[in-house]
Amino acid sequence: NPYAGLVSHLRASWLSGKTRPMEYRVAQLEALGRFLDDKKQEILEATELDMGKPSFEAFFSEILLCKNELNVTLNNLCNWMKDEHVDKNLVMQLDSAFIRKEPYGVVLIIAPWNYPIHLFLVPLIGAIAAGNCAIIKPSEISKNTERLIAETLSCYLDSDCFAVVTGGVPETTRLLENKFDYIFFTGTPPVGRIVMTAAAKHLTPVTLELGGKNPCYVSDTCDVTNVARRVAWGRFFNAGQTCIAPDYLLCTLEMQEKLMPALRAAITEFFGPNPRESPDFGRIVSDKQFRRLRALLGSGRVAIGGQTDEAERYIAPTVLADVLPSDPAMQEEVFGPILPIVVIANMDEAIDFINARPRPLALYAFSCDSKIVNQVLERTSSGGFCGNDTLMHVTLTSLPFGGVGNSGLGKYHGKFTFDTFSLHRGCLHRTMGLETLNTPRYPPYTQQKLGLL
Amino acid sequence: MEKMQQIVGRARAAFRSGRSRPLEFRIQQLKALERMVQEKEKEILAALKADLNKSGYNAYSHEILGVLGELALTMEKLPSWAAPQPVKKNLLTLRDEAYIGYEPLGVVLVIGAWNYPFVLIMQPLIGAIAAGNAVVVKPSEVSENTARLVAELLPQYLDKELYPVVTGGVPETTELLTQRFDHILYTGNTAVGKIVMAAAAKHLTPVTLELGGKSPCYIDKDCDLAVACRRITWGKYMNCGQTCIAPDYILCDPSIQSKVVENIKATLKEFYGEDVKSSPDYERIINQRHFKRVKSLLEGQKIAHGGETDEASCFIAPTILTDVSPDSKVMEEEIFGPVLPIVPVKSVEEAIEFINGREKPLALYVFSNNKQLIKRVISETSSGGVTGNDVIMHFFLSTLPFGGVGHSGMGAYHGKHSFETFSHRRACLIKDLKMESTNKMRYPPGSQKKVDW
Repeated sequence: NPYAGLVSHLRASWLSGKTRPMEYRVAQLEALGRFLDDKKQEILEATELDMGKPSFEAFFSEILLCKNELNVTLNNLCNWMKDEHVDKNLVMQLDSAFIRKEPYGVVLIIAPWNYPIHLFLVPLIGAIAAGNCAIIKPSEISKNTERLIAETLSCYLDSDCFAVVTGGVPETTRLLENKFDYIFFTGTPPVGRIVMTAAAKHLTPVTLELGGKNPCYVSDTCDVTNVARRVAWGRFFNAGQTCIAPDYLLCTLEMQEKLMPALRAAITEFFGPNPRESPDFGRIVSDKQFRRLRALLGSGRVAIGGQTDEAERYIAPTVLADVLPSDPAMQEEVFGPILPIVVIANMDEAIDFINARPRPLALYAFSCDSKIVNQVLERTSSGGFCGNDTLMHVTLTSLPFGGVGNSGLGKYHGKFTFDTFSLHRGCLHRTMGLETLNTPRYPPYTQQKLGLL
Repeated sequence: MEKMQQIVGRARAAFRSGRSRPLEFRIQQLKALERMVQEKEKEILAALKADLNKSGYNAYSHEILGVLGELALTMEKLPSWAAPQPVKKNLLTLRDEAYIGYEPLGVVLVIGAWNYPFVLIMQPLIGAIAAGNAVVVKPSEVSENTARLVAELLPQYLDKELYPVVTGGVPETTELLTQRFDHILYTGNTAVGKIVMAAAAKHLTPVTLELGGKSPCYIDKDCDLAVACRRITWGKYMNCGQTCIAPDYILCDPSIQSKVVENIKATLKEFYGEDVKSSPDYERIINQRHFKRVKSLLEGQKIAHGGETDEASCFIAPTILTDVSPDSKVMEEEIFGPVLPIVPVKSVEEAIEFINGREKPLALYVFSNNKQLIKRVISETSSGGVTGNDVIMHFFLSTLPFGGVGHSGMGAYHGKHSFETFSHRRACLIKDLKMESTNKMRYPPGSQKKVDW
């Protein structure tokens, strides 16, 4: 077991108790803040090398959102750590009853390649805030960012309590043989199953942030220009490699006709007449992903875009019209800059279509009529929901972020991350006195006692 | 076995029909459960007596009273629990609607245990119904009279398709676990807990595992021994020691060991009289297998009190063992019987070290007049729950989450915690299709000006 030494080293640090005082946690969190500030340029460069991430996007998703989570955590940690006193029943009026938030111990955070800093750092913030030690396993696919994390994070965090492990599938498999006290995984459902199965051997609780096909319903009554912008923004951000991107559109034939010029206009507004030359449009992370995506272009008909360049791993912002449920683009999560449009007759058909499929991580509905937005919300299920926009619900830290069913289990962001990595321990501290109040519960159970009940 | 697939399939179809979702329906079902408990009280008590020789008092107070309380609380609070919860908004979302919606997960599986066979089915069932789910109920086959009764009664009072009861042993449960559920709550032992979680992993099903372990009980020298020992005696020997949160073993200074024994002996006489075997308030071991298992733990031990057994009636007298070695068999596994080992420790530090050297228990108990000492023991150990200066009682406060950690389990329930366990908390952000100007900041083309802002 190649990682046994590392895990037991962290476990020894954990048992020493050093991660528990608030001052320690604050110091580590502040160090993470300095990491983001000092290494901002390196992060922008690494993510650009990995997937052509535009600097504005990288700054927003890898730096800004992370700093926001840090601020929320640092500002509230003191309160979050406090014992939560609970309402008591009659018998316990003189007792102290509270929920104690405790760290689990040594946790494992496995991050994917698409937002390679954000998706390890935001869980790590909660893990540290909750008082745990952590092993971080960044994705080997975003290899420049992986190297940056492996080489620099230890300069900021206490290496007795926080370690980075690099490698691919074999390394991760060996790592998962060890006992952890919590595992936080972001990735695909098939690997999620593998992680949970490994966790079951040690009865390790897990949070799984997975994915799926996030439907986007556009009703006939809507402001086409704004819809097109918001959908295009959400779809083409990070060249579509976003777990909460609108995966496919559902709308009527009329709306498809109306949307097309609006989508074209939005794409041109964002990326210019030749997106390949825009500094604001990303690339596909690997050859394997590029080839997978290129194969999806045969679905429906290419109404916008469709150009590709294998050397650059460039796929143009693409909209596919008249896509059929049986087409390749509808068989898997797209995870690329391709937006299939599936035509349906009406909202009821859209809702049936959505409900016949696994529950997605996110669900979007656009309409000027709030009743329609609410109907879609009420008659479907998904991890999260955003009406009349895309992606934005995950930037509000007071909302829990997570999936349901195939799209995942557990949630985080803001206080939810802290809670995820904390054991909520029910504590009742009773008085030794007033023993007479206890007499009814003791045998012998006379008729009189029975009557009292 | 097609049967399981049919039963679960019917429950899923019934859930999809949507009829379990309206609050009125859920409350109607809960009211029916309440009627069932009230009308069939005699039958329930008779089944518990047949299975465990539970006295009417114990059966009523542990299994019926608690259920009625949980039903009343849930029916009263359900509207407020189920209401969407608005969340704090940030600058970008000030004009939007942001809230957490509580939604049912779908089809829930509840697997009960044999030691409190009625309440351990009913309490999860109440929470699952309240959250709007369909529920497949699998009572333990070991407590066969209660299982048979539950299978007879639930269909008489509840919607037959939404809440089916499945009976059977290991083969039937294994088959049931191949089906897809949206949450599984299992009460039982650690070994089977791993099997349940591994089965759940195949479907990415979240689990709540209420397992067990050896719940330690530390008695400080500075404490009212008479009171402490009375409370410990009550919690240890109720249900013949077959309680997941019974104080499993005692840790105390060798100088008070004999006083502890004297006090427990005196209390036992007070509770059960001179001849324990003829007391109507003392239960029996559930079956021959467990009888033999518990009896074998006495081998080679110093029996300070008790030790009498009668295989024909599965009777084991309330027993105390002194100067128990940490390496002996009785200190290896959860005792789950009326045998109380005392392990001498010289200080609270030694006690804490002893506890932390073992798997995290479901419950932890500490008796002391010194509040600071109690706080210290809580802070320097981990467990699912704690009661200071008493035993068991944290279970009865429904505002405290009841659950384990590590080998003693994951997740929690009771009261509102049950409702939340069986609900999906869906993040909802509803924006306006207008106000597009505020979005312009985030759209490409990116610029230094935007970054600076």
